[in-house]
Amino acid sequence: MIDAASAIIGRAEGAESGGPAVSGPEPVPITLKVNGVTRTLQIEPRTTLAEALRGRLGLTGTKIACNRGACSACTVWLDGMTVCSCMILAIEVGARNVTTIEGLARGDALHPVQAAFIAHDAMQCGFCTPGMVMSSAALLERMPDPTAEDVKTAISGHICRCGTYPHVVAATLAAAKARKA
Amino acid sequence: MAADGTTRTERFPSGIASVGLGEVERQVPLDEPPPLPANALLAVIGKPVPRQNGRAKVTGATRFTVDIALPGMLHGRILRSPLPHAQLRAIDASAALGHPGVRAVIVVARPEDPAASVVRYIGAPVAAIAAVSMAAAREALRLIRVDYMPLPFVADMDAARAPSAPLVYDSASAPAGHPSGYPAAAGLPLNGNVRGPATGRRGDVAQGFAQGDVVIEGEYRTQVQTHCCMEPHAIVADWRADGLTVHMSTQFTAGVRHELAETFGLPLSRVRVIVDGMGGGFGSKSTLGNYGRIAVALSRQAQAPVRIMLDREEEQMDAGNRPGTWQRLRIGARRDGSLTAISLASYGTAGVAVGAGVGTVAEAMYACPNFEAAQHDVFINAGPGCAMRAPGNVPGAFGLEQAIDELAERLSLDPLVLRDRIDPSPVRREERRIGAERIGWQRRHAPGADPGPVKRGLGVAQSLWGANVQINSACEVRVMRDGSVEVLSSVQDIGTGIGTVLAQTVAEVFGLRPEEITIRIGDTEFPAGPPSYGSRTTASITPPARTAAWRVLQLLFREAALALNVAAGDLVARDGRILVRDEPNRGMSFRDAAARLRTDRISAVASRSDDYAGFRRRMEDAALARQDLGGVQFAEVAVDTETGIVRVERVVAVQDCGRPMNPLQIESQVQGGVLMGLSYALFEDRILDQHTGRMVNPNLEQYKLAGPRETPAIDVVVLENYQGQSATDAYGIAEPSNIATAPAIANAVYNAIGVRLRALPMTPAAILAALGKVPVRS
Repeated sequence: MIDAASAIIGRAEGAESGGPAVSGPEPVPITLKVNGVTRTLQIEPRTTLAEALRGRLGLTGTKIACNRGACSACTVWLDGMTVCSCMILAIEVGARNVTTIEGLARGDALHPVQAAFIAHDAMQCGFCTPGMVMSSAALLERMPDPTAEDVKTAISGHICRCGTYPHVVAATLAAAKARKA
Repeated sequence: MAADGTTRTERFPSGIASVGLGEVERQVPLDEPPPLPANALLAVIGKPVPRQNGRAKVTGATRFTVDIALPGMLHGRILRSPLPHAQLRAIDASAALGHPGVRAVIVVARPEDPAASVVRYIGAPVAAIAAVSMAAAREALRLIRVDYMPLPFVADMDAARAPSAPLVYDSASAPAGHPSGYPAAAGLPLNGNVRGPATGRRGDVAQGFAQGDVVIEGEYRTQVQTHCCMEPHAIVADWRADGLTVHMSTQFTAGVRHELAETFGLPLSRVRVIVDGMGGGFGSKSTLGNYGRIAVALSRQAQAPVRIMLDREEEQMDAGNRPGTWQRLRIGARRDGSLTAISLASYGTAGVAVGAGVGTVAEAMYACPNFEAAQHDVFINAGPGCAMRAPGNVPGAFGLEQAIDELAERLSLDPLVLRDRIDPSPVRREERRIGAERIGWQRRHAPGADPGPVKRGLGVAQSLWGANVQINSACEVRVMRDGSVEVLSSVQDIGTGIGTVLAQTVAEVFGLRPEEITIRIGDTEFPAGPPSYGSRTTASITPPARTAAWRVLQLLFREAALALNVAAGDLVARDGRILVRDEPNRGMSFRDAAARLRTDRISAVASRSDDYAGFRRRMEDAALARQDLGGVQFAEVAVDTETGIVRVERVVAVQDCGRPMNPLQIESQVQGGVLMGLSYALFEDRILDQHTGRMVNPNLEQYKLAGPRETPAIDVVVLENYQGQSATDAYGIAEPSNIATAPAIANAVYNAIGVRLRALPMTPAAILAALGKVPVRS
């Protein structure tokens, strides 16, 4: 629900500034700030953020599994807030900072959540893993000392068919601990 | 040495570690390594080694099939039948061919071909298009004109069994089954929509029931479950003059290569199948599939790479499912619990496919001299079922293990005591002991004994799964002159972490660290590895990996022995060094030994030999080990008798996979098996509208799955069970962990509320109906 709401907020912001002129169906130029880099691309207005990331920008770490906001595999951050990137059009992103799984590590240094996912084997096939990592990492940004229940709530929109939830919870709690230490 | 001179006698660790290890003598081929000691004596095997491809997975670097984009790649899309049963009278794709973005069109359902002119389920492929974009492909699909003549259809198994039901097939068009299949065996009679029975028999059941003091009888029903792989079924086919390369999200690269070669008349040497990241299969990505054939045909026609990637609705309708079943079990027993007869009748539906039986648990789990089974497939107009994580035994155990629970109560025996009397498996005996202690079984009260509206209960159930082995399974190990090591096989990592296990296996031989081993898998350019299904991957590929590494090490020892002026047989490899066994301060580093090689690279290829004590059965490329894989699971539930909501609070899963290679990854897999079983028990249900034949929940929100908040505490205990059967003595875990969960929960629900639920899923509505609080829904 958060994700759908954020898409609507995006639209509302557009409307406040007078609203975009009717555009499309032909490709239009847009600018996206992704992982700290400003990228300009031509996309059809119907392109979702997930499609733009995976297609034109080549950032295939973000996954599409249901394409309707039901599984959270496509989770990225918009200004630090988790959204389903399949549920927001790329043209609606505007000036917000997009952070994808590729932008989480600092060079060779993994984000503590990523390191903890490896240590706790919080993955199997790995297809839901990027989205799961983004939600766990976002949780620690806003709640440095979560309980197991907090973690379960934070990842409750994610579907992992391999059933990694117990290890994801353990990894996220361990990452919180590691950050405090 | 044995008389025939091809084997030598060796003594292997044998037995269950927590009970006490003994030794067993085996004949071992001369070119295979000495026995692998028990895990406690090893450096990396049996240790919780982190996943070798973990970093790639958590950074998004892993390349899944859906991430592959080749230059000039086209997007394929399949036109699917909107009707559950129809005769195609005409199909006109000319307008689609004229669409500017279209590069290829193929027609799958052909009116002129009697064998291909009928569609039998909503979602059945009719035609397909390759276009420059997915949008263009979708537009062009709408330009294909199909003239369907609707035929009567049936979308419900019970209705399909009626003599007057519309027929899905006639005897000429019905799928044939396969030679090794049970109950999808070849040559079974077709009567209306009912195919079978596949029968099993031992002893005399009538006599057995007459000998018993009690007979219990029950009917059990299980729903259709869909695989819901997070990565959709996907393929990128690249047909070129000099051969075909296919990137595919598959559980069996080598098998798909065979299918492609056969389907398209190509030599095996001209077909290459590749998979890196593989986003889940659970049985549904075992074969090439209709979408795979279509993608290759489109690529051949378009002379360009073509990607087909199913969307979620296609996944739910035409990517396989676990068949729904109905079974009736009758069990006769004496007062002491000993079983005198088991009679099983089952009807299941895999839609338009075969293979909807309830497996082998009733036949094989317990000692019982008299047994009979008659299992039937019922065709309906719905998408084809296929193997799904422990096919057959999952619905089978839901029935059998509730029946045994019921029998225990009838005999006033504790369910564990009854099983101690009738279950011959020493493995499950130990698992029951461990699990009962962990869950606190002594707390178990009489059914429905809790006073309040929220009632708690404990339940137990067991599993049995064959220990499968792929004989056609090979692996190459290479050592370079700089000391680097590679392992190569077409075996694929579908998320179980086989690459990590291979690194451990080879590192153990060379005395290196697992991270020093480079893993190159998922490519048929390497020696053909096993499939990732049937819980056979570890059992099939780790023995040849150890054998190949051991052979390469002997070559390396030869060089080191010359330098150290000792016999090669006196050397050992450990801690990154090659040492004289009795003088550990004499030696050289592994790297220095490699530097002495005459050539840049040495290598050995080994394949899976037979289990040292032989197999129980051999079927072409596969075999069944003598021992089964046993599991016992305990569940603790809380049932709210006012809302009908079942909460599973805790599961204890005690499992056997022979020698556990990597306890961390095994724990992950067992947790996954338990969660899939819990989700099956409480939530999942493919719902077909009987009036249209359409799946009404073909997505991931109305098709309900257990999520993080439904996840109980899961205790995983894995036995160390040595048999001395191969170079690693390791077997599988994926399927065994998925079998006992649903019946353990069902037995716990019974213990909580005193009413038995014999149908899945156990939804709040079903619980309230069972309690008589709401009317039973039809």
